[in-house]
Amino acid sequence: MEALLRELREALGPDRVRAGHVELGLYGRDASNIAGRAGAVCLPTCTEEVQACVRAARRHGVPFVARGSGTGLAGGAVPLDGALVIATTKMDRLLSVDVDDRVAWVQPGMLNLDLSRQVAHLGLHFAPDPSSQQSCSIGGNVANNSGGPHCLAYGVTSAHVLAVEVVLPDGEVTVLGGIDPEPDGLDLRGAFVGSEGMLGIATKVAVRLTPNPPAVQTVLLDFADVDAGAATVSAIIAAGMVPAAIEMMDALITRAVEEFVHAGFPIDAAAVLIVEVDGLPDGVAAQTERVRQIGLAHGARSVRIATDPAERAAIWKGRKSAFGAIARIKPNYYLHDTVVPRSALVAVLREVYEIARRHDLIVMNVFHAGDGNLHPLLVFDAREPGVLERVHAAGEEIVRVSVAAGGVLSGEHGIGLEKRDYMPLVFSPDDLDHQRRLRDAFDPDHLANPHKVLPEGSRCGDLQHVPAGAWI
Amino acid sequence: MDLTAFAEAVRGDDAVTVTGLGTRGGPVPGARDVVAPAAIEEVAPAEMTVRCGAGTPVDELQAALADVGQMVALPSGGTVGGALAVGRSGVGRLGHGPVRDTLLQLRYVATDGAVVTAGGPTVKNVTGFDLCRLFVGSLGTLGFAGEVILRTRPLPACTRWVAGPADPFALVRRLHRPTAVLWDGVTTWVCLEGHPADVEAEAAVTGLSEVDGPPPLPTGGRASRPPSSLRSLPWTPGTFVAQVGVGVVHTHEPVEPEAPSAEVVELHRRLKASFDPAGRLNPGISPLRSALSSR
Repeated sequence: MEALLRELREALGPDRVRAGHVELGLYGRDASNIAGRAGAVCLPTCTEEVQACVRAARRHGVPFVARGSGTGLAGGAVPLDGALVIATTKMDRLLSVDVDDRVAWVQPGMLNLDLSRQVAHLGLHFAPDPSSQQSCSIGGNVANNSGGPHCLAYGVTSAHVLAVEVVLPDGEVTVLGGIDPEPDGLDLRGAFVGSEGMLGIATKVAVRLTPNPPAVQTVLLDFADVDAGAATVSAIIAAGMVPAAIEMMDALITRAVEEFVHAGFPIDAAAVLIVEVDGLPDGVAAQTERVRQIGLAHGARSVRIATDPAERAAIWKGRKSAFGAIARIKPNYYLHDTVVPRSALVAVLREVYEIARRHDLIVMNVFHAGDGNLHPLLVFDAREPGVLERVHAAGEEIVRVSVAAGGVLSGEHGIGLEKRDYMPLVFSPDDLDHQRRLRDAFDPDHLANPHKVLPEGSRCGDLQHVPAGAWI
Repeated sequence: MDLTAFAEAVRGDDAVTVTGLGTRGGPVPGARDVVAPAAIEEVAPAEMTVRCGAGTPVDELQAALADVGQMVALPSGGTVGGALAVGRSGVGRLGHGPVRDTLLQLRYVATDGAVVTAGGPTVKNVTGFDLCRLFVGSLGTLGFAGEVILRTRPLPACTRWVAGPADPFALVRRLHRPTAVLWDGVTTWVCLEGHPADVEAEAAVTGLSEVDGPPPLPTGGRASRPPSSLRSLPWTPGTFVAQVGVGVVHTHEPVEPEAPSAEVVELHRRLKASFDPAGRLNPGISPLRSALSSR
């Protein structure tokens, strides 16, 4: 490690290579409940420096892990085996914008919301909008193929990334994809997006910019029971509409959020739906009315249509601060992420509440209902003896009922370390073998973010769960 | 034929090629032909998905979906598997998105006859590597598509084509998500879809006259260019049709694709070696068309 550090300091300068105890601890984890061990941390500022880091790591046989803002929830950026962490936080610039192509080239460390803010004057935005958009990076969005509420109509990150300049695991630099619509050859760009840092490191990203819609209406529906809210979601989709977003919050989270942001959420509701419709004015008006009728037919107690941008903004602030609000209830939480068929929402939600009840845990649900993407949030106090075992057992049951209902392991957080060993629940050995073939073609030596995503039998690095009380 | 029988048919040591309706070049000469399953297995309008055999004709699938007020964003003609293997979008790409974004789950037959599942049945999914994206446009060189689950979209309440002299680049900026803006260097065609009142208002904005549909597209060549570069094309006006806002240009003469980087060529070599080491599947074909002379 000393020889590697010397080489890195020579390439990047001593101030951007860190190996102090505190920094290694900080970079040893992301926003998940999993901690690893970083061997060193480097902070490159350009493609050539990332390339120098990768080449140095290769020469010394040290694995490397790309890291954006560290907001990942599945342990994808957690370094194992003393890996070199290559953090892109100092590569945070908007490089160029072309309004005819509706494309921006950005560095991977640029924050998601900063991008939308910087192109707002052009009437454009970056459509993927994870709840962490104030702090998550575009590079992290690429690695995890991130989603967000508005991905219901606009699609997840993969649909908004046209090209990626990458440092491949062998240290070579190339561009995958292109600004043109049908670059020749295999869709290597598509394979790279969502590969959780295991096929190389993105150093520049060409993202599609989406025009802001001319008309938007945000509808808040209030239900006396969760089933009625979930059934409304299925009915809206079955009616042939694809709203910009359909979000659901249950009673506990709605109350917590209202106390936190005062957006006028009904605190006695069993569930609220936030439905946003956008597009041209007549279509928006017709769809808003249809949503209202479907809601009332399913027993909505009230349907509130936000009348101005400030009211809309308050509703979305409430939705996106949900995870801040829960700190008022219990100090710790474990956020899950599974997807189920939309028609199974009612049944799976019932099972999720039942699982939490059986394990004597509080569960809150705030999620992307329109695409069936559940986010059960188990809240607890980690100082309570034995609670962690119950949280993990409940979490595993939630994953299993989602898969049994015809769902998948993750809708937007990724697999990382958290769900790696659940992969055989949805994929056969042949399926997993073919995912390995893709990885091996890019990284035959398994130096890029090893031990993630693909189960590998008994070997699992020096992964450890954080001691009780240390969870975020 | 079901998926198991298809896998059985692919299995062997010989060169093998998959054929559909022959719309996109047909089977590779000198290799044994196999035909993928062709049944529509499940139309799920409430999920906005459909599951079908890769051999299903696209037009037959669209007809079945139209019965429930939905469609898939695949170009018409040929089979579903062919459309995915080639990966080229139709004229509605500006509004409907690329072919690659329609594929949710793919069950394909590997070179050793194994049936492999990529992706998943739900509309949102980041479970594992995205092999579906790798397969769209792979020309059947990594595995043969057997059964797919596709994302559907609602059929628009109203569709209208208008055409005439207009600046297509200004229209792409001015209109909200038009389905298509085509241009031959002289005339502009616009496809508008949505609520009838919105379509009427947008049509009025264009100032163009109503027509039956798009112009015939030249079939000799197909160029892929950054959308902004379409302002200055090397072809004579009237001899091409460009998809403005997208970057696809249909030409009479064949178009030579740009040479890929050495790293991209090497990744293609390694992927082929990894998925089909014996080179059984569609032998002689490469997704890097520039690396080939005849196809």
